[in-house]
Amino acid sequence: MVQPLDILTETPSQTAGPYVHIGCIPSFAGLPGVYPQDLGLSPIAKEANGQIITITGAVIDGTGWALRDAMIESWQPDAAGRFAGHPEADPAVSGFCRFAADKDSGLFTLRTVKPGAVAHRDGGMQAPHISLWIVARGINIGLSTRIYFEDEDNSNDPLLARIEQRPRVETLIAKRTGEGQYRFDIRLQGEGETVFLDL
Amino acid sequence: MTDRPDLGPLIPRQRPMHPVPYDPEYKTSVPRSPKWPLLSMESTPSEETGPRFGHALIGPLDNNLILNFAKDGSPAIGERILMHGRVLDENARPVPHTLLEIWQANAGGRYRHVKDNYLAPLDPNFGGCGRTLTDENGCYQFLTIRPGAYPWPNRANDWRPMHIHISVFGHSFGQRLITQMYFEGDPLIERCPIAATIKARSQLDRLVAPLDMARARPLDHLAYKFDIVLRGRRQSMFENKLEGM
Ligand SMILES: [Fe+2]
Repeated sequence: MVQPLDILTETPSQTAGPYVHIGCIPSFAGLPGVYPQDLGLSPIAKEANGQIITITGAVIDGTGWALRDAMIESWQPDAAGRFAGHPEADPAVSGFCRFAADKDSGLFTLRTVKPGAVAHRDGGMQAPHISLWIVARGINIGLSTRIYFEDEDNSNDPLLARIEQRPRVETLIAKRTGEGQYRFDIRLQGEGETVFLDL
Repeated sequence: MTDRPDLGPLIPRQRPMHPVPYDPEYKTSVPRSPKWPLLSMESTPSEETGPRFGHALIGPLDNNLILNFAKDGSPAIGERILMHGRVLDENARPVPHTLLEIWQANAGGRYRHVKDNYLAPLDPNFGGCGRTLTDENGCYQFLTIRPGAYPWPNRANDWRPMHIHISVFGHSFGQRLITQMYFEGDPLIERCPIAATIKARSQLDRLVAPLDMARARPLDHLAYKFDIVLRGRRQSMFENKLEGM
């Protein structure tokens, strides 16, 4: 025998199921009035500094079908790369947003401020990105990924550099479709499967 | 950002302690599970920071599902229960002031959701969602009713055991977790393909809340205890500390 480790094991995940909206965004789910408003309606207040952008996309399953019941959370820093809580962070940027696929089209929209680059622990910089966490019926543990931007310099990003199959890097890069407009699809499985993260 | 003394990276997730992403017995997981391995890397500030929510967010009835949707002032129908527990991290330290959200079916097994058209009736006084923040010791509690089991389209005759869905934030976006609480003694747990996506039996047991008579209130409600462990951060005096973290 050896000494026991003073460490606990993480509680296991379970799927968020089809009714995650009731718990997380009840007004969206048709239960107005339980809370004054849904949590994470917007990651920014009106006066946020920086470029306001809109990212549109869908969460697509292995058959090519856009999920109608996915819920996504995003987390990001302000335009200068500072997360909420940092003493100099932009007070108009909470950085957190919750949004769901439209029940008819499957499309989601994230309106936010373009994030700044963030330092990495080893001293280098990470290219500007938004972290995503995706849950839905049939997803047994929430999926993490990131949105990078095609009009930023992604060449020295330490995470993108670790993707061995270079064509897969493209799955993490939002495509510019207009001034301040981007497209970012999340493919759960199959051709063009998104790179999901374990950080 | 954090009120923790340790500023190390998140302890890597032990994936075998979690459900498998792909399980043909849970049919919807088949087209929705990635086939490629995850890209593993040490956490960065993007995962180590996370949203914080203040006590101003929480209304006085937010953790009381018996009363928070009571349209005509009548309490929700069902067996009254207290759900309580602690949120800890892997280093066994409490996670204070973190947001928990729960959602559940009513006593008949029906959700108040447009897509749920099960035969069981809606309870006009039950919405089915609640939220609270843990206190400084990581403790939380909800007053609710025991949810009913319900059938769902999967294999020909699958039923969900009684369960409450729980969402927890922690202090880092990389700690984010959604899980489900089951009830001690429910024979449907053994038959549930969603519960069975967790292959480590000892891990499934951790989702089964024991009856806790010490917290039951005579002539009022029963109690069930449900503790939650979130990822911890590596503790070392040798970590490079990032400015502003
Ligand atoms: Fe459920």
